[in-house]
Amino acid sequence: MQRETLIWTAVMVLGGLVLLVHAVRVGNGRVYVREVTVADVKSGPVVHYKGVPPSLHNEADVSLSVPRTIGMWIAALCTLGIMSFVLGDNPLYKLMESIFVGVSAGYLMVAAFWDEIVQNLLKGLVPGPMRDSFLPGLEEGLNPDLTYLAPLAMSVMMLWRLSPKGAWIARWPLAFFIGATAGFRLVSYLEADFTQQINNTILPLIVYTADKSFDVWGTIRNVLIVGGVLLGLVYFFFSVPHRGVVGGLARGGVWLLMITFGASFGYTVMGRIALLADRLQFLFDDWLWLIDPTMQRVGM
Amino acid sequence: MYEFLKNLDRRWIFLLILLAVAIPILGEWQFPEKPSPMVQSVFDAIENLPAGSDIWMAYDYDPGSQGELHPMALAFTRQCAFKRHKMYFMTLWPQGPPMIQKNIELLIKEFPDLEYGVDYVNLGYRPGYEGPIKLAVIDLRKTIAADVDGKSLDDLPMTRDFKNIQEVDLIVNVSAGYPGTKEWVLYASTSYNIPTVAGCTGVQAPYLYPYVPQQLDGLLGAIKGAAEYEFLLLEAYPSLRENPKAQEALRRMGPQLLAHLVLIGLIVAGNVIYFVGRSRGDV
Repeated sequence: MQRETLIWTAVMVLGGLVLLVHAVRVGNGRVYVREVTVADVKSGPVVHYKGVPPSLHNEADVSLSVPRTIGMWIAALCTLGIMSFVLGDNPLYKLMESIFVGVSAGYLMVAAFWDEIVQNLLKGLVPGPMRDSFLPGLEEGLNPDLTYLAPLAMSVMMLWRLSPKGAWIARWPLAFFIGATAGFRLVSYLEADFTQQINNTILPLIVYTADKSFDVWGTIRNVLIVGGVLLGLVYFFFSVPHRGVVGGLARGGVWLLMITFGASFGYTVMGRIALLADRLQFLFDDWLWLIDPTMQRVGM
Repeated sequence: MYEFLKNLDRRWIFLLILLAVAIPILGEWQFPEKPSPMVQSVFDAIENLPAGSDIWMAYDYDPGSQGELHPMALAFTRQCAFKRHKMYFMTLWPQGPPMIQKNIELLIKEFPDLEYGVDYVNLGYRPGYEGPIKLAVIDLRKTIAADVDGKSLDDLPMTRDFKNIQEVDLIVNVSAGYPGTKEWVLYASTSYNIPTVAGCTGVQAPYLYPYVPQQLDGLLGAIKGAAEYEFLLLEAYPSLRENPKAQEALRRMGPQLLAHLVLIGLIVAGNVIYFVGRSRGDV
């Protein structure tokens, strides 16, 4: 066995033992629930289990939820498994990655069936049976909307892609989707991202406050916005060689782009640290019970 | 020293970042915030509306981005609840419904006097990316006929006479990507002049700032924006000081501070190593 593998194996075994001892001593990672009756129907009461803070575990109607406790431990171990990638690619990471991809694909498939096929297509084509079965909230007396036959036909044509023969049939609905989406977006992009953005850049270069005094920071801000847009445009204007004055302005545009990328990188770092902090807080608070910032376990 | 740093195993850097994030969490470090004008404008957009205004809560995020966005979503919900605004929750993300449910649970627990269907409604997930926005700004019932439990909108007091999103006083969007703030700006706020505020992930923030202030009334950029927003909320509603759950983003700024200091140190060290290496002819 390689030295590195031996060290990591020892670290993992030791970590596991520490977790086990901690779990036995503290009883962390347990989830408690309270039984709540939400409705009474002929077949009996409909009961939901609502999660409660562990500090209430001694109350009469509160009990330990084994499935949710198992779920908590699986979530924690999945988090550790995914984080193990920082040590290098390993079987545990691969397993967690596969579980994540599978669960996501399954979730999206079920969501697409209920929210797109049932809610949109079947509701439009057969509203009566849908009202009697899956969509009791549908208003009564709705007539079938035959225009939904068109998306149905196009969906079937799209599936032809899987057939060994006639795969070209799928190109027709695809062409329709691409054309429709392009047309759909064109107007909005022209309005919001083009004309309105030009409008946003038409600013006074000397700013006065409401009491007619000179606003230094307002003026600097507007000059930076207008100047920044012009310098950026000069950099992307390739019909004139970037020499002399134009070259100098283009260089200013490059500097502005670099500052923008730097700001973007800074924001990305902040985002990634926030995600790591969220997972660590889950591990330390919900799972290991090392901290209690939201007072969930007061008195335990 | 130069040779040691030049050949440093990247796993030591991972460990350093892990400690920089873990120590403030374990120590429950918290720092005071100074709200920026941008965050103040988001806060004012909700606060200055008359009580009982209609707010469209478009929560387009998922569990993967909840570390950045969930605290600000909860803060938006709390402020609207304090102001007794009417909230219409909806998401364009398939993984968004559990996120909305957590906001609904907050309302049930912290504002038990608010009534479902009268003060807030959960319209759930709508598939079709930006399609539902385009439809709902013209005719809500073309894309949403019932709430998340299948109850007809005609049977709920707050949606019975509600025609389309143009009737709302403000759109509040929490965005993790596509579809999100950009789509709400493109298809609702710009086209129909509907006041909109948003909170977004750090990755999106630089690309959404150009929409402020004409097309967006304000923008909360990632967890820093959320922390400043929570600070304003605590100032306006001191009863929240007793509620540690209302200070989630503020607590997250401890790890941010230390991790950023470590990163700045690493960037400086990396550059020093590069220039030393260049002067030695190694690069």
